[in-house]
Amino acid sequence: MADIKVQVIDREGVIHDLEAPTDMGLNVMELCKASELSVEGTCGGMALCASCHMYVESPHLASMPEKSENEEDMLDEAFFVEDNSRLGCQIKLADEHDGLVVRLAPVG
Amino acid sequence: MIQTDIIIIGAGPCGLFTVFEAGLLKLRCHLIDALPQPGGQCSEIYPKKPIFDIPACPEVLAGDLIDRLMEQISPFNPGFTLGERAEFIEKDEQGQFIVKSSGGTVHRAPVIAIAAGLGCFEPRKPPVPGLVDFEGSGVEYIIKDPAMYKGKHVVISGGGDSALDWALYLADGVAESVTLVHRRDSFRAHPDSVQKVLDLSARGGMKLLTHAEVVGVSGAAGNLDGLTVKLKTQGELALAADHWIPLFGLSPKLGPIADWNLNISKNAIEVDTFDYSTNVDGIYAIGDINTYPGKLKLILCGFHEATLMVQSAFKRIHPDKKNVLKYTTVNGVNAF
Repeated sequence: MADIKVQVIDREGVIHDLEAPTDMGLNVMELCKASELSVEGTCGGMALCASCHMYVESPHLASMPEKSENEEDMLDEAFFVEDNSRLGCQIKLADEHDGLVVRLAPVG
Repeated sequence: MIQTDIIIIGAGPCGLFTVFEAGLLKLRCHLIDALPQPGGQCSEIYPKKPIFDIPACPEVLAGDLIDRLMEQISPFNPGFTLGERAEFIEKDEQGQFIVKSSGGTVHRAPVIAIAAGLGCFEPRKPPVPGLVDFEGSGVEYIIKDPAMYKGKHVVISGGGDSALDWALYLADGVAESVTLVHRRDSFRAHPDSVQKVLDLSARGGMKLLTHAEVVGVSGAAGNLDGLTVKLKTQGELALAADHWIPLFGLSPKLGPIADWNLNISKNAIEVDTFDYSTNVDGIYAIGDINTYPGKLKLILCGFHEATLMVQSAFKRIHPDKKNVLKYTTVNGVNAF
């Protein structure tokens, strides 16, 4: 399939329309970093730092796999956690994520 | 005062390997790190995670990589200032750098290698308005002296081992009351501690507030006397508290490095890839803390940077001596 479209709303409210390949094993944290958005990704994507905390704002949230225990554990160390909070590094981009909208969480 | 050849700021894998490469050139090193143990992120964030891209190590746990580096550099007997953050750098009249760290230790050397990764690890501070007004007078991010909580009303936030362990410790005859506030009803702490906390709160020995977070602090004249806790479903709750201890783990911050007159771009120090020197003569930056065109934040790249950097450091420290690359296969490792 062709690239999918992902919309990222940064901490200033600016909307970034990104295109992402789905055959490279990219996750949303990596996509943000590759697009020079302000996402730290300190641990490199191991769900060990919570620096890629974001909110999933499109209906994709409902069909995503449940958060792993690791991801829940790390969200304990994040702030402004909401029901739609996820770690971007744990969302592996696939075709079904076309149209995904995420908002970067404030940095504590 | 500690005198050495190279002061290495940051005792992660890259800083540690610098000791080895410097040692081959008979240069002595002293490492400074804000964390109480060497290893940086490898020890602090992911000690049990396997790394697969260290040459000739098909798989190595991050913690084991640090153990092996410590073994590899032991012949060169490096010094360590651990648990202290490098705060100030200045040059003395002889052109040597003086580095002061947060515990008051003073270091002196002709060369500084900054191998500080993403900066130094600091406690995550919850975004509660007015919090800074109570830091040190009721809000503590690290427990240094448990005795100060004797007879006090203490609130701890967090769901990890340190939060639960301290809650249990302080509830055992130290504090007047202990309340643990956590965002959900499961905990990442050791199951044994979790059970103890649940049992103790069932018996009334401590108060447990789950699906809750502290959203406000209050007190007069800078002395904490109460907290506002937001409960997910039941609104807000006022809680009397002499102390609030938020334990949300550590996150790296660039910290004082930003004030050392180095050229910084996006939280990283700009270097010349010829020798990883910064814009300040005598200060080098290697590993994840530096940036240059084509930079990759990989441990193996940091090792390479460290190796080239010490060659340049040698020329700076011994301008009159000629350095010839000697192979360890020929000369072995000559300890000092």
